[in-house]
Amino acid sequence: MSEKPIEGEKRVFMTGNEVVAWAALAAEADIMYGYPITPQNEVMHYWTRLAPKYGRSFLQTEDEISAGFTTCGGVLSGKRAFTATAGPGNILMQESMTMAEMMRIPTVLVVQQRGGPSTATVIYSQQEVTMTCFGGNGEGLRIVYSTCSHQELYDYTIKAFNVAWKYRFPVFVLGDGYQAKMRESLKMYDPATKGIKMVETQPSLGLAGVPGVDREPSHLRNTYNTEEELCEVVTNLVEEYNKVVPEVVEYETFETEDAEIVLLGHGIVTRAAQAAVKTLREQGIKVGHFRPITIHPFAADELRAICKQAKKLIVIESAQGQFERIVKEAIYGESVPMESYFKPGQGITGEEIVEYVKKGL
Amino acid sequence: MAVVPNMPKSWRVETKPHKFCPGCGHGLVLKALGEAIDELEIQERVVFGCDIGCSLLSWDFFNCDSVQTHHGRTTPVVTGVKRARPDRICIAYMGDGGGYAIGAQHLVNSAARNERITAILVNNCNYGMTGGQMAPTTLPGMKTQTSPYGRDTETMGYPTQGPEMVAAIAREGAYVARGTVANVRRLKRYIKSALQNQIDGKGFSFVEALSGCPTNWSTNAQKTWEFIEKEMPQYFKVGEIKTPGKKEE
Repeated sequence: MSEKPIEGEKRVFMTGNEVVAWAALAAEADIMYGYPITPQNEVMHYWTRLAPKYGRSFLQTEDEISAGFTTCGGVLSGKRAFTATAGPGNILMQESMTMAEMMRIPTVLVVQQRGGPSTATVIYSQQEVTMTCFGGNGEGLRIVYSTCSHQELYDYTIKAFNVAWKYRFPVFVLGDGYQAKMRESLKMYDPATKGIKMVETQPSLGLAGVPGVDREPSHLRNTYNTEEELCEVVTNLVEEYNKVVPEVVEYETFETEDAEIVLLGHGIVTRAAQAAVKTLREQGIKVGHFRPITIHPFAADELRAICKQAKKLIVIESAQGQFERIVKEAIYGESVPMESYFKPGQGITGEEIVEYVKKGL
Repeated sequence: MAVVPNMPKSWRVETKPHKFCPGCGHGLVLKALGEAIDELEIQERVVFGCDIGCSLLSWDFFNCDSVQTHHGRTTPVVTGVKRARPDRICIAYMGDGGGYAIGAQHLVNSAARNERITAILVNNCNYGMTGGQMAPTTLPGMKTQTSPYGRDTETMGYPTQGPEMVAAIAREGAYVARGTVANVRRLKRYIKSALQNQIDGKGFSFVEALSGCPTNWSTNAQKTWEFIEKEMPQYFKVGEIKTPGKKEE
């Protein structure tokens, strides 16, 4: 087909939404299905401008329910299909994502969190954590990357396609309005130059040969008749998911080795937490920071190890405890005291974290 | 020797007898569809999607690649397949609740975009699988579990005129018809025309099939057929509504 969208490596300065579109192109995504919602719109804007040049497709659907289900259809056809959304759109996409979980449809969904509940703001929050990790009538059989920078948006959007197609669970890239709308510099690259091979896709429908003659037909369902049958199906799904967990779980630590106070934050808040650690360390205060990259599944064992030596944990998030609930579940039984710094729907700076930490000394 | 009934070649014999209630119209619609697939020789290219509700019982009905989706969501799933694989013949199979209520936005917008898919909707005037509630297609005065005193048109409106609605939205190239299980030969002709329309890449195609639900109507064979043949056509006119290249009836 057309030449590669990005040859080698390229330093650029652009918005996060533009980054996502380029990353999907570089990841050889075939088709995007989407519906307008702020702050995600420019993913579509850039995709619709770039995609035709590289033989890729786009469909603007009637709503996010349709965007999610058409994405499932595209993936079932063996195409690298993706969509992007935010807030109320994320709610509507949960229905199709449960189908993806049940039927092992490797969808990729980029979420640029906006304020909640309801319409709230179009700006920023970390209030879509619970929904993105556990949305729908299911067991949260999905992988959620919480990115903190444009470089990560690029890296993890590419990775999302590969992880989805390798393990066949829906994968989410959890960004936010800040990452979506602000400009910053990053290095875009052709995945091949970094030794990243795109995982091959497989169609589940529309296979070659006459069904019933040359091969068995592909009969896919998500409905089961008995409790026993469903329990077995879900137990197997959970088992397969749990097998995948050690291979996908990712986290980062900053000066946690001797930290007495450990700041817990994810996504863009990690940048404020890292800045706070730097400032506080300069003042001789033993502070560290733990940051999950996969917010679901969660690096529970690694955080537990930190709990053994820390004197205090502080959970920091732009939501009212959605991330904290994940943390609490992960370290259930640990005795280290935990404090929280919540600003639902509002950004958090390094300075205010420093102030908060020092007040509590 | 066991007598093997005459089944369409595209049917999957291993999943027969089918799982629909005795007297249900789905079997007849799916027979018409099966024969249409056979005659057009498209079995290999068909991707069949079915909705929730009684239509889900068709998930393993054909020797065709098939996917059972969510209530109302078959149209978008099949649209997604068609957009990704334009070489496939994509069929969305649903009931009246799936097409005219919970999934109405998908049906309407797929028609407006002239998606090259074929939607087949079975109209039996009620929600069958959930136990016979009022549907968009329930006739005025008709008793259901959620309209126990009869559908009151003052508060609940009139039956949705699905094909007429789709025909009003769909553009040139679309095929829209309403058939009935009371005339399977004609129904098959409509379904075949709808599929041919997709094969030719002309536009959206839609066939509503009037059908019976003796289980929830609480009717015997005679009353069921009377209802399909006499009551339903009073509100739902059988015929082709939009045919590419032809003048509208």
